[in-house]
Amino acid sequence: MTELLFPPGLLLVLGGLLMPLGLKLRNALLFILPILCLTLIWWVPADYIVTLPFLGFELEPIRITTTGRLFATVFSLMALVGGIFAYRQASTLELSAAFVYAGSAIGVTLAGDLITLFVFWEIMAIGSTLVIWAARHDAAYRASIRYLMVHLLGGLLLMIGIAGHVVETGSIRFEALELESISQYLILAGFLINAGAPPLSAWIADAYPEASPSGSVFLSAFTTKTAVFTLLIAFPGTWLLIPIGIYMIFYGIIYALLENDMRRILAYSIVNQVGFMVTGIGLGTEMALNGAAAHAFAHIIYKALLLMSAGAVLYQTGKRRCTDLGGLFQTMPWTALLGIIGALAISSFPFTSGFVSKSMIAQSAADQHLAIVWFALAAASAGVFLHAGIKFPWFVFFQKDSGMRPPEAPRNMLLAMTVFALFCIGLGVYPEPLYAILPFSVTYEPYTAAHLVAQFQLLLFAGLAFFVMLPMMKRTLTISLDFDWFYRFLFKHLGMAIVSQSSKARSQLEIKAQTSLQRLFDYLEKHHGVTGILSQTWPTGSMVLWIAVILGGFLVVDIFI
Amino acid sequence: MIETHLSLLLVVIPLIAAPIVAILPNGRLPWLVTLLVSLSCLVLAIMQLWNVADGSIISYELGGWAPPWGIEYRIDVINAFVALLVAGVAAVTLPYALLSVEKEIPTKQISLFYSAFLLCLSGLLGITQTGDIFNLFVFLEISSLSSYALISLGKQRKALTAAYQYLFMGTIGATFILIGIGLAYAVTGTLNMADLAARLPEVEATRTLQTAFIFLLIGVAIKLAVFPLHLWLPNAYAYAPSVITIFLAATATKVAAYVLIRIIFTVFGASLAFQEMHIHWLLLPLASIAVISASLVAIFQYNIKRMLAYSSVAQIGYILLGIGIASATGLTASLLHLFNHALMKAALFMALGAVLYQVGSVALQDMAGLGRRMPWTMAAFVAGGLSLIGVPLTVGFISKLYLILAAFEQGWWWLIVVVAIGSLLAIVYIWRIVETAYFKPTSHSNVTEAPLSLLLPLWLIVIANFYFGIDTSLTVSVSESAANMLLGGKP
Repeated sequence: MTELLFPPGLLLVLGGLLMPLGLKLRNALLFILPILCLTLIWWVPADYIVTLPFLGFELEPIRITTTGRLFATVFSLMALVGGIFAYRQASTLELSAAFVYAGSAIGVTLAGDLITLFVFWEIMAIGSTLVIWAARHDAAYRASIRYLMVHLLGGLLLMIGIAGHVVETGSIRFEALELESISQYLILAGFLINAGAPPLSAWIADAYPEASPSGSVFLSAFTTKTAVFTLLIAFPGTWLLIPIGIYMIFYGIIYALLENDMRRILAYSIVNQVGFMVTGIGLGTEMALNGAAAHAFAHIIYKALLLMSAGAVLYQTGKRRCTDLGGLFQTMPWTALLGIIGALAISSFPFTSGFVSKSMIAQSAADQHLAIVWFALAAASAGVFLHAGIKFPWFVFFQKDSGMRPPEAPRNMLLAMTVFALFCIGLGVYPEPLYAILPFSVTYEPYTAAHLVAQFQLLLFAGLAFFVMLPMMKRTLTISLDFDWFYRFLFKHLGMAIVSQSSKARSQLEIKAQTSLQRLFDYLEKHHGVTGILSQTWPTGSMVLWIAVILGGFLVVDIFI
Repeated sequence: MIETHLSLLLVVIPLIAAPIVAILPNGRLPWLVTLLVSLSCLVLAIMQLWNVADGSIISYELGGWAPPWGIEYRIDVINAFVALLVAGVAAVTLPYALLSVEKEIPTKQISLFYSAFLLCLSGLLGITQTGDIFNLFVFLEISSLSSYALISLGKQRKALTAAYQYLFMGTIGATFILIGIGLAYAVTGTLNMADLAARLPEVEATRTLQTAFIFLLIGVAIKLAVFPLHLWLPNAYAYAPSVITIFLAATATKVAAYVLIRIIFTVFGASLAFQEMHIHWLLLPLASIAVISASLVAIFQYNIKRMLAYSSVAQIGYILLGIGIASATGLTASLLHLFNHALMKAALFMALGAVLYQVGSVALQDMAGLGRRMPWTMAAFVAGGLSLIGVPLTVGFISKLYLILAAFEQGWWWLIVVVAIGSLLAIVYIWRIVETAYFKPTSHSNVTEAPLSLLLPLWLIVIANFYFGIDTSLTVSVSESAANMLLGGKP
């Protein structure tokens, strides 16, 4: 019995839509759907295809590939554990939207053609916008609109690209694409916008922290990783992705280091982590692609874990700024411990999931003798440890005592975090099951003495740097001159210079853009507004005049040509 | 018996029913008769499309006079498709009409209202059925005159001015059409469209014929509200009774678009229109301006009915773009959008009609908080709006997809940009209402959901918006075979 006629992703979407019907039904669906979905994904063998004729094309609403299955698996897992984390605290709207969102993301990973992909892509945009909305406060509402605008733009580029690609090649198959004409570049742009690539990287840090505590957990998992999946399938080995990925890595680090909002730190770190994956896809060797896929898998889990611990803190304290928090380990020890496990995993600490996945990408850069890329990745690893590995737990759970004594997180939240923390450690100690489901067969051995020593050194130095620079991290202006000039130069001045220059330039640009937008708007309103010439009610005579102009013009042109 | 006289019955039933309804006492009886008539028209239209769906052509000789001397009703898949649209919209609008009309029309005019409605229906159906160009003009006048009367029945006094301006413009348009027909008759000596098409190649080069074509084109363009000849439309739609706005927005402009397509492709032929007269140089720029400019105007409107009217002008632009491309895909896109736009605008105007029924106003500020007060109505509005924007799984997506495909075939990137900008602007103007209805505090505490007899037809149309966006087998196959037939190929 290896029949599967119903797209597993659609199951979650429809199930999500049923959730508002009743609380009991909702809670049952929260657990049944992801498990059912997971079962369906593994029910049939790889390369299983269902076709459906539509508008003269052969759609493939289901095509199970090894890569797709990997992503669909972790997405279902995320829906399940995210559901556990959220089911007591989140609103029904949020859970319903989150399941539509998760289901459409799974739909993308199992889509065999570009049209199916696009349909799920758009549902994803709407579902995720609703997740942000569900926080139900003003900032979230405004952020969701900006978010929606970015994604509709991305969807539009994607749609035009797909249409062009279909006309040019006659094929709607979702497979590796050659960057031949503008159509493929548009598809690439559509994917990259969802990945948080420049110049539109800001939407992640803009929108995700505004969602509810559980909402941002869902958000962190699907959109960017779906983009990684599509890039992995469609554009492996595109060199353009290497500089884009490296830019994203450093963009994430620098902004995260200077950020004060704990969830925004983690949001910037999503950009940074996706940067690693995009770089890996750009490298394009089997090991790099394996690394990107494995890293996406591991990243979803530990980033969700981090956001869960941040969410638990936010839920219990109502505070989100690092400067308002601190010392919470005393009353929230489990949240702190589990958050630290996530922080270690994101820093690719040996024996965590981050270590076994990220090192594959760096290794493949070394194998290809791309020294600059390798160096950038190594430097960035240290940077990740700085901003997410230490900064987040340090400022939230330790640091000065904020005096707050919130109770420990609710039990369902702790359970969800524990499950993911076990995954983080389990995959780090015993990575074989993960390696077994990667797109290509793995010959990589993460635990060699050289790897371990190098990684520990890196982490040690980064850790040292953090505590040495702690005063700067607090963004006070007292700097002693006897600090090592290297760290100061590299992280303080260079970083600050880039950020302040770019933010200065950005704010100037924003002001300029705003004024010219306002001018454009005024101009448009003058002509198109209610009293504008194009909108007002015309006297009948003037209406008739237009007829005369058109008729006369046409006749005259016709006579003389 | 019915089989052979299908096309005649389709026109004659509402035509005969109209005077009967006029003498019925005011009350619910006129509505009931009108409903029965439109339902039977729908059944007939479905049967008709069934008969010609395989590409066959039915020729019906009126009174037994053989064409080209007698009037011929000539039904192919295009006629049947448009007739189905008209009859379908009428049949769905009428259950909705009962309460809406009772509220908006003075009781003593109700039987006259339904009588005029039937005349309008008869005229529109007649246009789709006839194969005789003068007969077409007659039906056009029947539908136009009755719609002037219907619009003037609107509650506000501005409805009178709106109807008067529409009358003025419509009459000029009709006159132009008549002049065009006269000139064509002078050259060829025939009024039968198929016969005209056969004889025109002999006289193609003459200036008289080209002038005839221009007059016909401009005349129909006025009826179709092509930018900048659309100036009558916003007020006419804004001030007409809700039911009439729904019906006219969904059918009248669509029938006019059908006439335009017939005249260009069947009667005069694509080669004369595009290779000698270069009408795409007229159509494409005007259509592009319409898409962008009218959408911009829509963004700034505060009367939402008027906003949707401007949106209609923009959407007519899409239909014209497809015609201007003049390829099989382009025409398919036009015919698809003709059908699909009728569905989306019917849904949107029906939702607005329900708002007007409950709130008494369609001004933007009066819609604040309606998302909670009238959840079903506003949900339907959002669904219709999504369709208008062209979100996948709705009909709007299908027609825009085909339009973009057609533009790609020609390699016209600018046209894709126009369509894209149009979609983005549609997001903006639909968004304004969603924002007001869902995120502003309500100003009316005692407003409740609309009655079921308004909601059911509304949701029927909303479901159709999604059904035809998912199962496109009917619309796309009919449009494609119609487009091939129009371009002279095999269906």
